[in-house]
Amino acid sequence: MRRGVWLWTAALAVYAFLYLPLLIVIAYSFNDSRLNAEWVGFTWRWYGVLFHDEDMLAAAGNSLLIATVSSLMATLLGTMAGIAMHRYRIKTLTFIVMAPVAMPEILLGVSLLLFFIQLLNLTLGTLSIMLAHITFSIGFVAIVVRTSLAGLDESLFEAARDCGASPWETFRHITFPLILPAVAAGGLMAFTLSIDDFVITFFTAGVGVSTLPLHIYSMIKIAVTPEVNAVSTLLMLLTLTLIVLAAKFAPDALKGKG
Amino acid sequence: MAQLEIRNVTRRFGDFVAVDDISLGIEAGEFFTLLGPSGCGKTTILRMIAGFDLPDAGQILLDGKDLAGTPPEQRPVRTVFQNYALFPHMTVAQNIAFPLRMARIPQNEIHQRTGETLEHMRLTDKAEHYPRELSGGQQQRVALGRALVSRPRVLLLDEPLAALDAKLREEMQLELINLQRDVGITFIFVTHAQGEALALSHRIAVLRSGRIEQVDEPSRIYGFPRSRFVADFIGNINMLDAAVLETAHGHSRLAISGLGEITAPPVSGLTAGARGAFAIRPEQVRIGTRSEVTELKNHFPGEVRNLLYSGDVTVYKVQLVGGQMLEALLPNSAPGRAELFEVGDAVRVGWRHDAGVFLHE
Repeated sequence: MRRGVWLWTAALAVYAFLYLPLLIVIAYSFNDSRLNAEWVGFTWRWYGVLFHDEDMLAAAGNSLLIATVSSLMATLLGTMAGIAMHRYRIKTLTFIVMAPVAMPEILLGVSLLLFFIQLLNLTLGTLSIMLAHITFSIGFVAIVVRTSLAGLDESLFEAARDCGASPWETFRHITFPLILPAVAAGGLMAFTLSIDDFVITFFTAGVGVSTLPLHIYSMIKIAVTPEVNAVSTLLMLLTLTLIVLAAKFAPDALKGKG
Repeated sequence: MAQLEIRNVTRRFGDFVAVDDISLGIEAGEFFTLLGPSGCGKTTILRMIAGFDLPDAGQILLDGKDLAGTPPEQRPVRTVFQNYALFPHMTVAQNIAFPLRMARIPQNEIHQRTGETLEHMRLTDKAEHYPRELSGGQQQRVALGRALVSRPRVLLLDEPLAALDAKLREEMQLELINLQRDVGITFIFVTHAQGEALALSHRIAVLRSGRIEQVDEPSRIYGFPRSRFVADFIGNINMLDAAVLETAHGHSRLAISGLGEITAPPVSGLTAGARGAFAIRPEQVRIGTRSEVTELKNHFPGEVRNLLYSGDVTVYKVQLVGGQMLEALLPNSAPGRAELFEVGDAVRVGWRHDAGVFLHE
């Protein structure tokens, strides 16, 4: 009995530590006061302000564009990488694909910056951010796809060939439909990673182009305004939705079922 | 010429020789079984016929044409996989239609032929179900339907009954026999279950360590095994160390070590002094009181050491005077309650002069 009480207390403390700050942000986004000091009253005002803030809207538009393009590309490349990792079982390949996942973001950011400027002679902007996001997302998609493939019965592919399907037809009619949930889950993960990435984006954005996280950061350099709370709340809502969607696909994908 | 010809095929995996210079001819319309313990190479042979694996040496010819350069999807051969390998994201009807779709057959014909196959396999009411919603036997029939719908020249079956329970397995055996007779397609069946092989096949090839031990009809494989391995692998058999004393027209005389002389079927190509084993099936050994057994050419006294009553038959383990154990199987076919010998009873065991077989070392 005593142990139960302690466990519950500990669990509650952990969850409070994790979620209380988020709840405070949400709460203050509805606070009818310029200051994050005391609760005055409920208002939608800050969301109105948000949707009239040109800079904020531009940053959000950038973020959505970058996340869409980079997650689609990462899904394509990551799926191919996952299939290759499963089929050829080459250790080096796995290492190359997975390294960006494990690499410290700051390191990836600096090296991508150098790569874009020194080697590609690229003007930093939307394109460089997209390339950077694709780079760190591929590994996440690849691992989900590979896990899904590993759960499939190899004889399904032989059965398809046996039934007269060419290697391409086997992929189109059998392999792809069976890994589709994993591909979708991987794509949603890539989108989530892209939309709230700060460190790597910070290094590869250059001047003139901003994303939502970069814009929020620039705003709080002055003060944490209720407007920041409001945009954070919306970002949280979007990310949460995507994670829930990804999780809805993922368990089946990981079990290898269609 | 045989429809499917395997010529001196060898397949190695590293140092392991899975298939060792095997040659086989399989006739059109035949129910042919590759039988052997795991690791004997039977599945490798099947995979090479299907095209999932390629021989390191030798050829596989179908209707006289070498299959070497033909990928699996272009071979007129279909496989029924051990775990059925049904496509989980397709319904029963879609699974069965898949080979027809791949063959670019017009939609209305696909529809018609799928319908026919569903009916033939008694799956019409399951057409819109997914494989996971079916029982093992039904999944098995979907796999058969998918393999047969495009009318292949040869059907390969890789232990398709292994996953079924005993009762269902027996039913499916009968279904397979009828199906093969109906469609008239060559079946090549792989199994490690000797009972299945005997029940289903026109001919059986017994394999051991990548080599063929014997190719024959089931009754000959069972009745006249050509090696200790075949004798031992198929059914139960008694083996007694023996040597040839004399060979004569129509029979032979053997010396069973520690027991005495017996009269046995003729041994071909052997001379006196050849050593080996005398093998005889338990159901060929009679057990009884003095008079009914002593009429037989070969008979010896012994003592019942064990008995296994299983309803239809009783199996006795009898120790002979030389110390050897001999198994005798007695049908309980007499009316009324079966009369049994008891453990410790002194009995006589015997067998006919034309029963059993001498296996040369």
